[in-house]
Amino acid sequence: MSAGKTALATLAATVVLVGAAAAVLRARDRGYYIPEPTERLLYLRSGSTANRVFLSFDAMAADIYWIRSIQNYGRDRTSDRADRFQLLYPLLDLTTTLDPYFNIAYRFGAILLAVEEPQGPGRPDLAIKLLLKGIEKNPRWQYPYDIGFVHYWYTNDYQEAARWFERAAAMPGAPEWIRPLAAITMASGGDRQSARRMLNELLSSTEQYIRQTAQRDLLKLDAVDTIDRLNAVLAEFNQKNGRYPTDLDELVRARVLTSVPVDPTGEPFAYDPITHAIGLSPTSKIGALPKKMNSR
Amino acid sequence: MIGRIGLVAWHVFKESVRDRVLYGIAGFAVLLVAASILVGQLTAGEDIKIIKDLGLATIELAGVLMTVFIGVGLVSREIERRSIFALLAKPLPRWEFIVGKYVGLVLTIFVNVAAMTAALYLMLAYMSWGALEVERRAWAAPATDPRLLIAVALIAAELALLTAVALFFSTFSSSALLSVALTVGLFIAGLLSHDLQHFGDIVEVPHAVATFVAAIGWSLPAFSAFSDVKNLIVQGQPVAGGYVAMTLLYAAIYSTAAIAAAVGIFSRREFK
Repeated sequence: MSAGKTALATLAATVVLVGAAAAVLRARDRGYYIPEPTERLLYLRSGSTANRVFLSFDAMAADIYWIRSIQNYGRDRTSDRADRFQLLYPLLDLTTTLDPYFNIAYRFGAILLAVEEPQGPGRPDLAIKLLLKGIEKNPRWQYPYDIGFVHYWYTNDYQEAARWFERAAAMPGAPEWIRPLAAITMASGGDRQSARRMLNELLSSTEQYIRQTAQRDLLKLDAVDTIDRLNAVLAEFNQKNGRYPTDLDELVRARVLTSVPVDPTGEPFAYDPITHAIGLSPTSKIGALPKKMNSR
Repeated sequence: MIGRIGLVAWHVFKESVRDRVLYGIAGFAVLLVAASILVGQLTAGEDIKIIKDLGLATIELAGVLMTVFIGVGLVSREIERRSIFALLAKPLPRWEFIVGKYVGLVLTIFVNVAAMTAALYLMLAYMSWGALEVERRAWAAPATDPRLLIAVALIAAELALLTAVALFFSTFSSSALLSVALTVGLFIAGLLSHDLQHFGDIVEVPHAVATFVAAIGWSLPAFSAFSDVKNLIVQGQPVAGGYVAMTLLYAAIYSTAAIAAAVGIFSRREFK
């Protein structure tokens, strides 16, 4: 075969082969569904743009953004800037867009977003938004359960919490205890007993960070229990003496208490002699107490 | 015929493994895989996932660098050194010379990928050995997950395709720098090929424009087709065997097309 004919034959072969290769790729993309790692939107600071910029290294980029999310949260928690925690959601959104299966980024990210001021941004709405994205990309029972928990603990919307626990219970692999939890929440939402049960379940989580958050929240419940008991003591003191004490030391001097009451981290409780309200000391490390938590 | 192709391939392999650039890149890659342990320590959980991601990315990146820097010189270096005259004077058809060159470089790249994969598995085995049972339960997939080899196989297929592209540019360009630029350019375009294929879905353009851009997207070597599986495997998600097989088939067909084009150009080329 002459050089000219060889070239022509190879050119024809190249065209046919490129066409065949494209047909195989098209058949593959039609036959097998792989979740898109990104919504097809084009805007700045979006995961979609990042996905294009990082080419095929998006999983590694997701890891880098996850590390940045943690660092950002840690840095902002100790900062007093007005705009702290502003970057937390965009960073978590980027992480989970670059890697839609990044389980801990959804679960732990949601906890970080929901944590109240001053230890977190206090944005349960964004926590739920992140978890909804998780359900869409990678449905697993933990995400609706976490949404239920955010409603239960942070927004105190027990109807919604029960609805999400029901949804979690209906998903494959969900443990048996979720269905009764949904019923209890619906019947007597906001009781500390159920909250303790949920937190104790989280204590058995395989993720150390979720366990630590649950431990801290259990301490908050202990503090709320102690405050309830102290309120009862104050009411009794008032009934007996016709006035409230000027400080908590007076209760010790009157032998009503054996020592000045402290919260689970060892900080004395704060007492306002005018309103007679008992709360955590501003220097307490427990953080904000749950707003509506009945003692039932 | 097979013997002659094998001889050329073996010669390329021997020459490539003596290349200092190769040792530099391989050394860098092994160090980076080892350093992923330190990166894993900085993260909040999921350190095994991060080591796997970083390890696979390193294998891919080092493979791309090796392919580009050695692949573009495969033919052009022979022309530059004038050794091509001695080769063409021998009873060696030009297409066998091209195929031999390709097989030799693919062999070199595969040996390096195997070495880097072994380094990654060693790191993962070490991490698994030191982990607590509660930590192991949290992993989406076992540390030394054999399914990682599927991801590595797809990286190897991607590199084999890139080698064919680099070889194609090497046959008609006598400037190594130009070949590097063209190969890297086509590689990046190929990584974005998925967006070009679905251009009409992303941007509001007339139908004709969208069709034209989509045709370009489907004609480019789709390097973007190899990346999805990495995420799925690292996260312990199932991957359909048919999907992997069709991706490998795509790489094989497109590589053959690129080699055919290289043969076509090389067979017409005159050397003075």
